[in-house]
Amino acid sequence: MTAAPISLRQRTAQLAHVTGRTVPARILPTLATFILFLVLFGAGSARFEGFASGQVVANLFIDNAFLIVLAVGMTFVILTGGIDLSVGAVVALSTMVTAALLQAGWSAPVVVLLVLAMGSTFGLLMGLVIHYFEIQPFIVTLAGMFLARGLCFVVGVESVPIKDPSFRDLATAAIPLPGGVSITWSVIMALVVVAVGAWVLHRTRFGRTAYAIGGSESSAMLMGLSVAKVKVGVYVVSGLCSAIAGLLFSLYMLSGYGLHAVGMELDAIAAVVIGGTLLAGGVGYVAGSVLGVMVLGVIQTLISFQGTLSSWWTKIAIGTLLLMFIVMQRIIVRRQP
Amino acid sequence: MMTERRIDRLRSSGLLWPLLALIALLVANAVVRPSFLSLRMQDGHLYGSLIDILKNGAPTLLIALGMCLVIATRGIDLSVGAVVAISGAVTCTYIAGAPDPASAQTALIGMGIALLLCVVLGVWNGFLVAVLGIQPIIATLVLMTAGRGIAMLITDGQIITVNNTAYRTVGAGFLILPVSILIALAVLIGVALITRRTALGLLIESVGVNPEASRLTGIHARTIRWTVYVFAGLCAGVAGLMISSNVSAADANNAGLWIEMDAILAVVIGGTSLAGGRYSLTGTLIGALTIQTLTTTVYSMGIAPEITLVFKAVVVVTVCLLQAPKFRALLTRGSRGSRGPRDTPTAPLAPPASSPPPEPIHRDSVGATAAVPSRKAVQS
Repeated sequence: MTAAPISLRQRTAQLAHVTGRTVPARILPTLATFILFLVLFGAGSARFEGFASGQVVANLFIDNAFLIVLAVGMTFVILTGGIDLSVGAVVALSTMVTAALLQAGWSAPVVVLLVLAMGSTFGLLMGLVIHYFEIQPFIVTLAGMFLARGLCFVVGVESVPIKDPSFRDLATAAIPLPGGVSITWSVIMALVVVAVGAWVLHRTRFGRTAYAIGGSESSAMLMGLSVAKVKVGVYVVSGLCSAIAGLLFSLYMLSGYGLHAVGMELDAIAAVVIGGTLLAGGVGYVAGSVLGVMVLGVIQTLISFQGTLSSWWTKIAIGTLLLMFIVMQRIIVRRQP
Repeated sequence: MMTERRIDRLRSSGLLWPLLALIALLVANAVVRPSFLSLRMQDGHLYGSLIDILKNGAPTLLIALGMCLVIATRGIDLSVGAVVAISGAVTCTYIAGAPDPASAQTALIGMGIALLLCVVLGVWNGFLVAVLGIQPIIATLVLMTAGRGIAMLITDGQIITVNNTAYRTVGAGFLILPVSILIALAVLIGVALITRRTALGLLIESVGVNPEASRLTGIHARTIRWTVYVFAGLCAGVAGLMISSNVSAADANNAGLWIEMDAILAVVIGGTSLAGGRYSLTGTLIGALTIQTLTTTVYSMGIAPEITLVFKAVVVVTVCLLQAPKFRALLTRGSRGSRGPRDTPTAPLAPPASSPPPEPIHRDSVGATAAVPSRKAVQS
């Protein structure tokens, strides 16, 4: 614990020595995440045969496509200083609605559009309540979580299989990449979401305003930025991302169930934090969140390669990483004036 | 009039609506099922639906008490559910592995170790929040994520069952009333006496309003924030003992799942603002009972138990809206009583026929505005 500031300072010094100038503190956490990813992956490659293959990397994306999408949405919310606890439940609701509607004989494109609209509306309603009634995001999205989970069970208590041929084809289709590696369409969709998310966040007025709100909401207001629109908007983005993640998750599981994705909101928050987004808002990158998901994925892969370690070690490892990054954030924030 | 003054006092304390909601739920139950209110004595034990509600609500109430004090300091403890799992796991693992797994002494030592560990976990949370100054949501998220993993580690992923009569007393024993109710009530009374008969409650509230200012006035803000997390950990530990002892088993995956949400809900329904700075123990009691009654009602009405979540969501939204100063202003300004927030099963909560008194609005808005600058002050 006490060693953290020293090692951090040392690392900064080393980096400054290498690059010839000081690394800005705001990209330091993301950089640290990238180094951590390399270290973990390197450790795995050294330890296990067949770890350093292209397919293992591809599987990281395949198995975590939905989490990547969730983390992108969560990045928007956390950048404005908010939080969205409802994402896991909205994922479950999306899988449930998708499966139920497909079972009822609706056509796949209509179902997809409907689910996307549902997720966005859900986010919109929460955003409106958060902004206009000034209720804490934590409690509003907690209610949203209860509501979405409950609605899953209103749709159906049992797990509903997805038998729609177009969904099944999409889920099982493999896209061959050079080097004998193959990925699924989910990965492509997740990467598209990441690209769009990064573009919106870093290149549009909406994104800049989100950063400004996270920095200081009152200043953003005084600067004449459209605080209301963006503050509600980030929850719409998060809701939409949750719905997309829900669709990807139903492709992954090929079923809809009210107990899908329990606790996934914690994974998403952990990924965003590990990716270097400051929880107080205002600092962070979409790319960092993707790296955060990759780190979580590598830990899972390491544990499954190890074979003797049980899956609950994943939780402990994620908790420990979360702690390390939060402490690092505190130190960075404290050092800045 | 005496009663009018009482109602006024209830209103200004913000307990009127939660209390009405609870009464409405009880009345609805009694109407649907007349046997609901009946109590009967059998073998020196009191039985009845009301006792069941109290018994099942005891762990939530205990955790909510700890949570209430944490929230009063403008914190939150998400890790209580994980602590519940750890507490049960430690005790059951110890009892199952002890040379004499049926003796009372084994049970006591096991519970002692578990509670000690829970205190340590509370110290850990408090350290992150009070000393390192990490946001409470995130600081306790660490233990929430890792905690269940730790509990699984302790039980080795198994559901551990024990057969120890002394241990069973905590969650399933009777002393006319179920022992768990007595424990929860004792803690409630103890906390009420300690915080309301001494200055401690005031100090906790002052830390919640502005930690920096209270530190400058000579209050040990750090110690107080630390202590409330330790207390929350301890409460969660005892609740964990109740839950695991009630079924004589430790289930690391499911014990206390979502109980942190229920506890926060109970505190919020009871009129304690998440912005910190003031708290109501009576409100927390009412909140916990309301949640448990709601759950029981859903069960007894033959609705799928999972759908309880929808009702809970509706209650949270309604209560939060009613507590939000902006929403109250809207109601007061708008057509009086004709438009409530939503048609909900808990109708009495929804449309307040008369405008709420001005006093709580004022206090709320003071708390809210004070929250903004000082949060930044703590951060930097």
